[in-house]
Amino acid sequence: MSILVGNDTRLLVQGITGREGSFHATQMVEYGTNVVAGVTPGKKGETVAGVPVFDTVEEAVRKTNPNTSIIYVPARFAPDAIYEAVDNGIELVICITEGVPVNDMVPVYHLVKQKGARLIGPNCPGLITPGEAKVGIMPGFIHEPGKVGLVSRSGTLTYEVVDALTKAGLGQSTAVGIGGDPVIGTSFVDVLELFQNDPDTEAIVMIGVIGGDDEETAATFIKEHVTKPMAGFIAGRTAPPGKRMGHAGAIISGGSGSAEEKIAALEAAGVRVADSPSKVPGLLRQAMNA
Amino acid sequence: MDVHEYQAAELLAKHGVPVNPGRVASTPDEAAAAASELGGTVAIKAQVHSGGRGKAGGIKLAHNPEEAKAAAEAILGMDIRGHTVNKVLVAKGADIVREFYLGVVLDRPNRKVLIMASAEGGVDIEEVARTTPEKIVRINADPALGFHSYQAKELGFALGLRADKVHGFAKIAEHLYTAFIKEDATLVEVNPLILTGAGEWLALDSKMSFDDNALYRHKDIEGLRDMAEENETELDARSSGISFVKLDGDIGCIVNGAGLAMATMDAVKLSGGEPANFLDVGGGASASQVAKAFSLVTSDPNVRAILINIFGGITRGDVVADGIREALSQVDVKVPIVVRLSGTNAEEGKKILAEAGLMAVDTMDEAAEQVVSAASGQAA
Repeated sequence: MSILVGNDTRLLVQGITGREGSFHATQMVEYGTNVVAGVTPGKKGETVAGVPVFDTVEEAVRKTNPNTSIIYVPARFAPDAIYEAVDNGIELVICITEGVPVNDMVPVYHLVKQKGARLIGPNCPGLITPGEAKVGIMPGFIHEPGKVGLVSRSGTLTYEVVDALTKAGLGQSTAVGIGGDPVIGTSFVDVLELFQNDPDTEAIVMIGVIGGDDEETAATFIKEHVTKPMAGFIAGRTAPPGKRMGHAGAIISGGSGSAEEKIAALEAAGVRVADSPSKVPGLLRQAMNA
Repeated sequence: MDVHEYQAAELLAKHGVPVNPGRVASTPDEAAAAASELGGTVAIKAQVHSGGRGKAGGIKLAHNPEEAKAAAEAILGMDIRGHTVNKVLVAKGADIVREFYLGVVLDRPNRKVLIMASAEGGVDIEEVARTTPEKIVRINADPALGFHSYQAKELGFALGLRADKVHGFAKIAEHLYTAFIKEDATLVEVNPLILTGAGEWLALDSKMSFDDNALYRHKDIEGLRDMAEENETELDARSSGISFVKLDGDIGCIVNGAGLAMATMDAVKLSGGEPANFLDVGGGASASQVAKAFSLVTSDPNVRAILINIFGGITRGDVVADGIREALSQVDVKVPIVVRLSGTNAEEGKKILAEAGLMAVDTMDEAAEQVVSAASGQAA
């Protein structure tokens, strides 16, 4: 039944009393996500949208038994928050926070792997299994339950494609935003593998942007391991080299990371790549009927 | 964020790297004085945030203060790949026996820090990587424990260095790694790192770039920013939490979200237009944020039409529409505006825009086509 989050998700919100944290905790509760606890040091005893707040993750885990955590703390505290979640046995950690220094993320990435946990993000919109659990900052109402798995490095661009899929009658099993930073916990390949093995996902959409070579690595994986029909979109064909386009990881450097290379790699792996987000549903249907 | 060669050299010297002595000069007379102070042959090197200085004629040798003055005269004011030279580095001539490359970067695929070295120094390392990748030796630092001394020595032996030279080389490699971590660099590079006739190691040319997200804990590095190298509009945008990159086209773009902003530029291009900029207003696009975006975009005289593309998620459509209406009362926009509004509270937003005399369309493709035709109508 979908991947990573769903009806069995028991969510902890780290940084729940902050502006972003309280707003999105409320939104997630309203969507129907099972939010069991929040953490903000020094705010024990408060509640946000009916969710009890604790001082530490340790106490929240002991009293409410969450299996997933979402992080809304400022960038300079985010690595520590990830360590705190993982050290307390949380299996899935989603870090929404933008602007975490790359050198901080390198040890975090490897520690999370070592502990056998999974990190999504940072600098990501989170993930959603429509109708079951929204663990992120995306607008829930544009999603519909269905059979299309979606994985993306972008935020609003993901909403754009989800909206187009829903309007075309293609609901989603799970939509995962993996984040736009150079070092992120979960890659395209990790999510593609989960979708390939998920019986409820019949087709996959992948949305990339310029910079790095995660899309190329994904293309190699798709060629060898993904048998489900796929469509995709890569943003940044008009981006000039050497300029950071908003996201820390979205930069064409040293002559690599361009949209053209990524599109060519994906097409060679059998993915139908659209030239506009609005054309993704049509191409996906073609792939599904082929 | 990038810094100049002389600034990178000063930083690396603080971390124990032996750098070639030099002086910075902004006038030919200062260059002559520096040359006479350093004595002997000097190199006059353009200080710009760009590669290819040598090929562009931005690096010249001078054998005496008069030649140094003439060289500085030729180089100062020169344009190198769109960068104007305002300063030169006058560096002491070095007795080069062998040239090496040594660099530290993030290895994105492995999520580790990578230390790279090559015996093919003094040339474009990206070219070496393309044509003869086997000539570059690479070692990943341990993500938790760092770059071990034995790894630095391995690097030296792999380059074929004699045992008595490996120690000095390894120390420099360790210093570069420490500088990379301590200063939150995204790149530390010495090219060439040379062995002199006296058998000593010397960093002849240093380069460093820094992680913008970590500048909050490096006020000293923020202070190295050369305003002449920065696009004023881009800096102005950053101080308001807006990501802005100037491009060469004539269609101004205001978008929420970096990925969508890039997709919007692509859509403009696909419709036959050219984007004038990349602009991400960020998450909570308030009225003041939108007003700021308008003033940034309209400050470019090339802009003939503006496309606003908002997909309401956290950012509500009616709030953005309010922002647009308010911004238009503050900033005098003389070019046509096309708005695309979708997502959360899009309908409420469209009503607000209609009251302000603006029509909003539903899809990005439609908006791109309209803005391109509006821009060409304006041109005719």
